[in-house]
Amino acid sequence: MESTLPILILAIPLAMFLILGIAGCKMSHKLAAALGIAGMGTTLVLSYITALTYFFAPEFTGADGLREQLTVFNWEWLAFTKNLVISLGFFLDPISAMMLIVITTISFMVHLYSLGYMEGERGFQRYYAFLSLFSFSMLGLVVATNIFQMYIFWELVGASSYLLIGFYYRLHSAVAASKKAFIVTRFADLGFLIGILVLSYYTQTFDFVKMTSDPSWVLESTGGATFMGASVLTWALVLIFTGGMGKSAMMPLHIWLPDAMEGPTPVSALIHAATMVVAGVFLVARMFPVYMLEGSATMIIVVVGALTAFYAAMVACAQIDIKRILAFSTISQIAFMMVALGVASAGHGEVSHHGLGYMASMFHLFTHAMFKALLFLGAGALIHAVHSNNYTAMGGLRKYMPITHWTFLIGCLAIAGIPPFSGFFSKDEILAACYAWSPYIGVWMSMVAALTAFYMFRMYYLIFWWNEPHYHHAPHDAPVSMSIPLIFLAAVSCVAGFIPFGHFVTWNRMPYDIHIELPVAISSVVIALVAIAIARHMYIKENPLPAKMKAALPRLWDWCHHRFYWDELYQFITHRIIFNGICRPLAWFDRHIIDGTMDSFATVTNKASDAIRPLQSGQVQMYVWYYLIGALLLAGVTAVCVL
Amino acid sequence: MEFTAIYYLIPALIMFCAGVYGFITRKNMIAMLISLELMLNAVDINFVVFNRFLFPEAMEGMFFTLFAIAIAAAETALAIAIIINIYRSNKSVDVRTLNEMKF
Amino acid sequence: MFSNILIYFVVIPLVMLGGLALCQNIRQIRAVAVTGSLALIGLSAYVLAEYLGMRAAGNEDPMVFVDSWMWFAPLNIHLAVGVDGISIAMLILSSIIVFAGSFASWEIKDPKAFFLWLILLSTGVFGFFISIDLFTMFMFYEVALIPMYLLIGVWGSGNKNYSAMKLTLMLMGGSAFLMLGLIGIYYHSAPEGGQLTWNILEIARNGSIDHGWQTFLFPMTFVGFGVLGAMFPFHTWSPDGHASAPTAVSMLHAGVLMKLGGYGCFRVAIYLMPQAAHELSWIFLILTGISVVYGAFCACVKTDLKYINAYSSVSHCGLVLFAILMLNETAMTGAIMQMLSHGLMTALFFALIGMIYGRTHTREITQMGGMMQIMPYLSVCYVIAGMASLGLPGLSGFVSEMTIFVGSFQHSDMFHRVFTIAACCSIVITAVYILRVVGKLLFGPVYDEHHLSLTDATWWERLSTVTLIISVAAIGCFPNFFNHLINFTFKPAIFAVLGLN
Repeated sequence: MESTLPILILAIPLAMFLILGIAGCKMSHKLAAALGIAGMGTTLVLSYITALTYFFAPEFTGADGLREQLTVFNWEWLAFTKNLVISLGFFLDPISAMMLIVITTISFMVHLYSLGYMEGERGFQRYYAFLSLFSFSMLGLVVATNIFQMYIFWELVGASSYLLIGFYYRLHSAVAASKKAFIVTRFADLGFLIGILVLSYYTQTFDFVKMTSDPSWVLESTGGATFMGASVLTWALVLIFTGGMGKSAMMPLHIWLPDAMEGPTPVSALIHAATMVVAGVFLVARMFPVYMLEGSATMIIVVVGALTAFYAAMVACAQIDIKRILAFSTISQIAFMMVALGVASAGHGEVSHHGLGYMASMFHLFTHAMFKALLFLGAGALIHAVHSNNYTAMGGLRKYMPITHWTFLIGCLAIAGIPPFSGFFSKDEILAACYAWSPYIGVWMSMVAALTAFYMFRMYYLIFWWNEPHYHHAPHDAPVSMSIPLIFLAAVSCVAGFIPFGHFVTWNRMPYDIHIELPVAISSVVIALVAIAIARHMYIKENPLPAKMKAALPRLWDWCHHRFYWDELYQFITHRIIFNGICRPLAWFDRHIIDGTMDSFATVTNKASDAIRPLQSGQVQMYVWYYLIGALLLAGVTAVCVL
Repeated sequence: MEFTAIYYLIPALIMFCAGVYGFITRKNMIAMLISLELMLNAVDINFVVFNRFLFPEAMEGMFFTLFAIAIAAAETALAIAIIINIYRSNKSVDVRTLNEMKF
Repeated sequence: MFSNILIYFVVIPLVMLGGLALCQNIRQIRAVAVTGSLALIGLSAYVLAEYLGMRAAGNEDPMVFVDSWMWFAPLNIHLAVGVDGISIAMLILSSIIVFAGSFASWEIKDPKAFFLWLILLSTGVFGFFISIDLFTMFMFYEVALIPMYLLIGVWGSGNKNYSAMKLTLMLMGGSAFLMLGLIGIYYHSAPEGGQLTWNILEIARNGSIDHGWQTFLFPMTFVGFGVLGAMFPFHTWSPDGHASAPTAVSMLHAGVLMKLGGYGCFRVAIYLMPQAAHELSWIFLILTGISVVYGAFCACVKTDLKYINAYSSVSHCGLVLFAILMLNETAMTGAIMQMLSHGLMTALFFALIGMIYGRTHTREITQMGGMMQIMPYLSVCYVIAGMASLGLPGLSGFVSEMTIFVGSFQHSDMFHRVFTIAACCSIVITAVYILRVVGKLLFGPVYDEHHLSLTDATWWERLSTVTLIISVAAIGCFPNFFNHLINFTFKPAIFAVLGLN
């Protein structure tokens, strides 16, 4: 493949960032937005051309039906040693091609949507600059040819996320949220970095192709070394997964994502729903053949994923802020993808299920990106209309905002897994993979799916039905620039499920046909419908039932509402233990013990000179005494020595 | 009775010790100066005596003494000049009052 | 003598000193400072180009432009010069910082005396980096240290007398160790009966310091230089010294002078005494490992901008020495890159802090807030400096830290690898204190209404910061260039200690 298009895909957003970042303050809002949108539009077209060429042009499918992995270009950027080289390259395989489509689509939609949403905001140009930076970083991440390139862009998406969450930098809450997001993910990245170090120490390579094309070689290269009871490969993979946990907000590193909703809503749609937060999933998928070797590592992924999915779903049922509901829903859905990856690799069940979870995970990533972005943009339109994030300020909005209502409903149906919307197909594949791995995990995930349907429709009914509060001025649908993305994404959510995903993305790049597992499909649809029915019963119009339930289970409500007190726990650890328990004593130690010792040298010298100072009394006759005594002593010493 | 070097050296030693004692104990600067001269002359005697008894054929000790006497005269003149000046400004020649040169 | 290009690194500052002495008004002083520092930048760029050309032509010597002139025959003291890729990198760094520093002290009071001392200081710095004679090296080292006392004592702020005295005395204490070590090296510099020499290249070639003496002289020289490199527990001059120093002096001190320590550690201690370095490195590894984490933790609770940055320097410079002690090619290359990177970004930090302090007259982050609204340019620069410091890819901090971590982790010994992981933890703590400052100082609502009337950067301040930002980004975007420039020296054939692993 020619490398011109891929280079442009990365270069255009970067150039846009630089132009808007440096010269933005001199531009008008319109010009900046036009530049940003034009740049992203071009990138969108180029990415589609690249991805579609890759998927459909025959030359990228080998004779045995395998899709090829393509390193379009790979430039040496920093050579640590002969083998350990960071290259900046462009790697094209099914998942990176798919991600190209996802990222550019959502990013373009968000660029477009922001035109209306951010209209007249201070720092409008800066906003577009950061969006371009983010798009560049995210694209660089997915096309990484080696794990260190991924780490580089991993850090860059983290930084752009920091900048965008803190966009409203005058607000304390936004600043705190951005700081929290950065530090929590930075902590996870530490794990990622150490994982890379360990892995590269044994394999002497960063290259994905080298690692994944022959994973057993990776296993051999460690030579069976162990560290504290576990094999070093397990350590490396778990540490790398820690990085993924941070970015993808898996428990216990999920705490930053709900707070990240302080950023502008389109940013939440782009970064914290569709693209950056799935980077962890993407990372595991990228390293999938290696993970497949290590049962214990995948076991950890499954357990973390399953717990997170359930936890986030529980919490989402008791939130008031609609963006937070969506955030927890995102956490839960990403956990679905993680679980799917975990169950895929273990190789239980029939051969056809081997790797099914991988495909399901990627499929869900794709569909989820579309419908979750849709939901977030819809939420943005709602917030734009009523100027509040809380559903308590909404209600009965279906009459005022029909476009938002219908698109939002489609998003809810998709995420709840109702056919024929896209979420049904991908979630069905995940559940099938789970059941094939272990019935327990299957039942568990089905339960989470039911909760998903419940909290989404709880939110839906509370926003669009329930009881209409008094609006100061009637809310109305968003302007065209905001509606178009909604409609487009809704349309995608309707049809995306019919994409024969197995033809494009599978773990061994061998196309295969998806077939719907009827027992799983039927049962999950039934469960979802029941959950929706319950939500409808409770929330379609104002009634005391929810309050009664809350009163009946106050503990549960409190815990869910306060997110099981994770934030308080972190607050305690960071402030009480690390800040007050380590930093302050250390600083005290430095000032008083270390510096005190150094100062005491000076003090001792001063004291000593003070002590001998009176010898210089100015009395000539005293000096004669000293001289005399000294001379006599010297004479005595000389005499003793000589004799 | 033969006069050996010791007959000269012991008085010189006594002179020297007296000079030291005087220099340390007297508070009047003139007295201190006299003590100083005493020490100097004791040393001069030693020079002459050693020259005479140890190296009778050489004359360095004698010359050295002559020089020392000359220089002592100059030095005394200088010292007295200083003392007079101190007296003018301090109205005293007590050495204990002169401790401005301390630490 | 003047046919050797390197000597001009000392001649230009000396000419500048002469020019400054003749200056009548501030315009002339500025003109001299700017012209001179531009000439230095040009000269270092020229030397760099020449050097690359020579290497490309297949020159394999450890040092190029080597030359030597007898100075004091009885002790065989020469003025000997020579550079390799590392010295050139350091020369470039120094000239850029002198340039930026001249602009940062555009409106200093009593400019003539200030610039005289500043240029004298840089004479010492440049002389140190070009010298390969231990004695002249030490002399230039002292020339660089002494003006610091006056610069802080006269132009400083806060508790300046205490700080100036403390800084000078501690560094002098280090020099005492160092002098002892250097003299020891001299007396063992040649095999029995051979001509003793101060020349680094000859000493390395002779390799005649026996093992017992190495174990004595290595700690002497390493601690001697380590004090200037802010090694724990000899770092305490750094927070006080930096806090009191005027802007340009902080820049030059943290940016260049602290690099003298790291440079000396590997050029003298490790290069000349490989066996001892190999055996004793673990002791210093523990100390420097402590500096890395400890400095970062301390920075988390400080509220004075300069103190925060000084502790951050302790942490980053600790990483330099840490990586040098790993004694492998990649880690040592990383150490030099970290010197460059830290030099530039910390100079940027101190420049910005000085500019903010010059406006608000406080450095307490609790007394400030919302600077982004008041002085957006300076605030954006501060964010960039912060991002460089916490290792954002594309800026210099990332490449140097990653080179260090990857290199250190390649060490075959488990102890070193575990220690590397401990040092890695500093990247998280760095993020904590940087973001804490950024969040408190720049973002949020405006804390003090009086600050609303403050102005943004002037053109000379912009020039100063832009120069540094471009340099930081250049290293961050094209690390391989610097990597190749540096790691030529780190070969077993040149660096004996690398062959011992």
